[in-house]
Parts: sequence; structure tokens; C-alpha cells
Amino acid sequence: MTETFASKLVRPGRALKAEALADHSEGMAYLQTLPRRLVTLYLPLGLILIVLLFPFYWMALTAIKPDDQLLDMDRVSPFWTWTPTFKHIYKLLFETQYPLWLWNTMFIAVAATFLSIVASVLAAYAIVRIRFKGAPYAGILIFLAYLVPPSILFIPLSSVVFQYGLFDTPFALILTYPTILIPFSTWLLMGYFKTIPFELEECALIDGASRWQILLKIVLPLAVPGLISAFIFCFTLCWNEFIYALTFLSSTPNKTVPVAIVNEFVDGDIYRWGSLMAGALVGSLPLVILYAFFVEHYVAAMTGAVKE
Amino acid sequence: MANIALSQVQSTAARASAWTRLKSNRNWLGLWFMLPAAAFLILFLAYPLGLGVWLSFTDAKIGRSGIFVGLENYEWLWDDNVFWLSVFNTLLYTVVASVVKFGIGLYLALLLNERMPFKAIIRAVVLIPFIVPTVLSAIAFWWIYDAQFSIVSWTLRHLGLIDGNINFLGDTWNARWSTIFANIWRGIPFVAITLLAGLQTVSPSLYEAATIDGANRWQIFRHVTFPLLTPIIAVVMTFSVLFTFTDFQLIWVLTRGGPVNATHLMATLSYQRAIIGGQLGEGAAISTAMIPFLLAAILLSWFGLQRRKWQQGETND
Repeated sequence: MTETFASKLVRPGRALKAEALADHSEGMAYLQTLPRRLVTLYLPLGLILIVLLFPFYWMALTAIKPDDQLLDMDRVSPFWTWTPTFKHIYKLLFETQYPLWLWNTMFIAVAATFLSIVASVLAAYAIVRIRFKGAPYAGILIFLAYLVPPSILFIPLSSVVFQYGLFDTPFALILTYPTILIPFSTWLLMGYFKTIPFELEECALIDGASRWQILLKIVLPLAVPGLISAFIFCFTLCWNEFIYALTFLSSTPNKTVPVAIVNEFVDGDIYRWGSLMAGALVGSLPLVILYAFFVEHYVAAMTGAVKE
Repeated sequence: MANIALSQVQSTAARASAWTRLKSNRNWLGLWFMLPAAAFLILFLAYPLGLGVWLSFTDAKIGRSGIFVGLENYEWLWDDNVFWLSVFNTLLYTVVASVVKFGIGLYLALLLNERMPFKAIIRAVVLIPFIVPTVLSAIAFWWIYDAQFSIVSWTLRHLGLIDGNINFLGDTWNARWSTIFANIWRGIPFVAITLLAGLQTVSPSLYEAATIDGANRWQIFRHVTFPLLTPIIAVVMTFSVLFTFTDFQLIWVLTRGGPVNATHLMATLSYQRAIIGGQLGEGAAISTAMIPFLLAAILLSWFGLQRRKWQQGETND
């Protein structure tokens, strides 16, 4: 979609054709008059967008407002500030353990995502292409695993984590997050692998390539978009995860951003709102930036998991 | 001598071919490829799931493995008003939030499917509430719902609609609606974008045919769009119900189950009993009690889908 948009600026003719190909759902929209479209389309859409985005505006505004303006809503309009301050963000980055928490979250997310994707690639390839005895059942079992929610598992998992001696270490999360990520990314990659022509693999098999070589040299390069989708989505899920991180980590320096913000900023400081919002803002930024670059992949991942 | 040499050669050849055959044996290969994923899922998913059910039949506490007590935890819960309140809250939360998410999500998907400028950007922006970690956006809502400094109270007061500040999270029903609203806010993008993907697979020639036949916008939606969208609706709503039913993060950040347990969901109650209260057995019983509800939700949408396919005469697949 972004591509279409960009090419529209450069080559109108080609863009029109691309638009006609990509955008085939407007139906009879051109029959509608502008005032009618204003009321039936732009007004409701605008309202929904405002509601969806307002919390972020409010978060960002609070993060840069001086404390006295936060609590004095009578003399100054609360919707804007003319005297932005970076005090909250500065405090957050240099006077708390926030950078450490960011690092923990990042490290755990990358490690868990990497492990999950390796496991998922192998599993998805086996189910779709090796088609061993019982492959369909393996597919169904993996899908069922996706439906088991963390809220049911965290109690027994906490005692398992304790038994394995992982309690309060990053490995507690690195090894448990894949149970959420593997079912999802396996399902997604199965869809991608199915689209790769079987003939390519047959040719390679005849030429004497092993399954391992086929996977590494033929299938994976062709499945790169799927791998990116899976990576982005897994990474986001890790960053978002809360209940395992809350249960399996206990000491302050080991915490992840969501848990640390909820537990460490809430008490003590009277003017906590500024730092809380700064913490939430800075914690959201890495994902939003990543998302800005890979919107298409993210959307593909989200809808890909739902498609059969 | 020659015989021995020959038999050696033969046996090496046999061994080699056994090895090659094994290497190309689908079942053997499949097993190896499945191993990492299976190991994770068995060690950290299947085993804990079983352990959780077992724990719910014991009196385990934190730091002490329990002994088997049969159904005692469940009998205990049966007489526990807070547990039943949490069941009520969970059902209310799930039903209201899912229905509204579906309604607004479908409406938003239809709007986004229209022709308009900056469509790509608008679609990308819509998804933002879904990418930002729930806890972090819940913190923004916590501030928006603040008893004294809520921007919503402020705006309504300045518009002359209310006299005093609304106590969003301090009052039983206010707290319920506030948490439900936050959940809807977060869930709409998922429903909208997935349904939009479904809408885009509907062939435009169907719309043209319907228009030529004289169908109006509602009839087109009712008889063309909706039936074609049903399978994807079933899948999206199964996920949506599942995630809403087992929600923990929003409630934990906004109210921690309060005021007076009015917003406790089964997930938050089991966390409070098991991890904070130390009663692992009882907490496990609460989370095990969620399983029948989840199975019911999954089966419902599964059979809903099956019926649809059967109606359309598709017996295979």
C-alpha cells in the first residue's frame, strides 16, 4: 500500500494502474456526493480515529508537561502546554534503572523470538513439506496450543520455573515465551511454505540436495517476508507480555519495562504522573518505530494467523 | 578370503543404504524437525497444563508441594461469593466487550474499505492501539480515569454536562464500564484490520452484479458481504472472546480487581489467591475452572463454521 502511495507521486500513470489492481473494493462509491461522504464516511472515521489516538496524545503531552501544570487545570488549558520540559524523560533515563529494564525487555524479546522462529521454521517445514505420518495431527495440536492462554498456565509454570531453577532469571521468560510464540509463527510459516512451488524442491532433490540444504538454500530465502512477519509479531508479543514477567521475576534490576513501570513508579513520588507517562511513552517507542518500517508485514502476520 | 571380503563390502553397503534410507525416511526426518518445537511445547505448555489441573486437587502453597485433597478446592470455591462475583464479572466483561468490539470493528472495517485519500496511512494508524503494549496504554487510561485530574471529567464539567468529577475507578459499576471501555479500545484495531483483510477478498464483480440487480447498500451488505465474511468473523471472534475472557493486564493495572472485588476477573482472582496469597491449589482451581468456558467458546465457533460450510454444500475441507 505504501508502495502504491509512493509510486503515485512519481509516475501517475503506473500508479493509476496499480491502484486499479490493488484497490478493487470501492464498488459504486463514485456515485456518492461529497456531502454524503462527509457524513457517512469522514465524520465517523474521524471520530473513531480521535478516540483511538487520544490516549497516546495524552500520554505524550503529560510526559512533557511541567508538574505544576498537571495538577492545575483551572488556570491553564489542560489540552496543550507552551512550556514543554524534558525533565521527566531525563529523570527516567538517568536517575532510574529504566535503561536496564529496556535492555532486559529487548534481550528477552530477541532471544525468545529467535528460539521460537528456529523451532517454528523446522516444525512448519516438517508439517507442510516432509509430510511425515501424523503431520496433520501435529498441525492441529500446534493450533490448539495457540488457544491455551497464559492466564491458565502461569500458576503451574511458576512452580515449574522454580523446579528448573530459573526463577528470577531472564531464562524463565526466554524459555516460556516460545510457548506463546511457536504456535503462532508455525501457523504463519506453514501458510508461507505452502505458497512455495513444490517443483523447486523436487528439482533440488533430484540434484542430490539434502532436506537441510533445501530448507536453507531454497525455502528460507523465498520465505523471507513470512520470516519478517513472524519476527515482528513475536517481538511485539514478547514486549507486550505481562503476567509471566510479573510472576517469574522478583528483583528490581531483572524486571521488564511493563512490570517495572507498574511496580516501581507507582508509590513514593508525589508527582509520579509525569514519570509514569514518560516511562510508558519511551517503552512504546521502539515498537512504534519498528512498526512504522514494517506495517505491511505486521498486518500480513496478523491476518495470516487468522486465515485458514 | 574372497567370501569374507565380499560379505564385508555387502554389509557396509547394507549399512550405508540403511543410513541413506533412514535419512530420507519421512517419518524419521519429520521427528527430528519437530523436536525443538515439541520440546518447548511439552516442557512448558503441556506439562504445566496437566500440573495445573493436578495442583487444583491439592492444597499446595508457595514453597510447599501439596497433598491430594480431592475436590476440596472446588467445594470451597462453590461457596465463595468472591469467586462467583469474578465469574459474573468475567462473563459481563467478555460479552459486552466482544459484542461492541465486533460491532465497531466491522463498521470501521467497512469504512476503511471505502475509497479515500491517505488510505494506507489511516489504516496503519488504526492499528497503533494494538501494537503498543497493553500495560503501557493501560497506564495512560489510568491517568485519564484519575479521580481528581481526569481529562474526561474536566471536559464534561466545562461543557456543563456534569457538576462534580466522575469517580471512574472508585465506584463499582463505573469501574466495570471503565475497564470494559479500555478493553474495547484496545481490541477494535485487531477486529477491524482482520475483517478488512476479509473484505478485500470479496470480488467486486459480486457488488456490481448486486447493484445491477437493484440491491441497496443494506441488501448488498446483508446478502453479499456478510455471508462471505462469516468464516473470518468466526475465527476473529473466537480469538477476540478468548483474549478478552483471559485478560489480566488491563485489570491489574487499572484496578487490581477493586473496588471491593467489583472488577476481579477469574484470571486476576487466581493471581491474587495463588501468587500474592500463596494458595497455589486454590488459584489453580480458579484457572482450571476457566477451561470449560474456553472450550465452550471454541466449540461454539467451530460448530458455527461447520454449519455454514454444510449449508453451502462444501463437504470436503
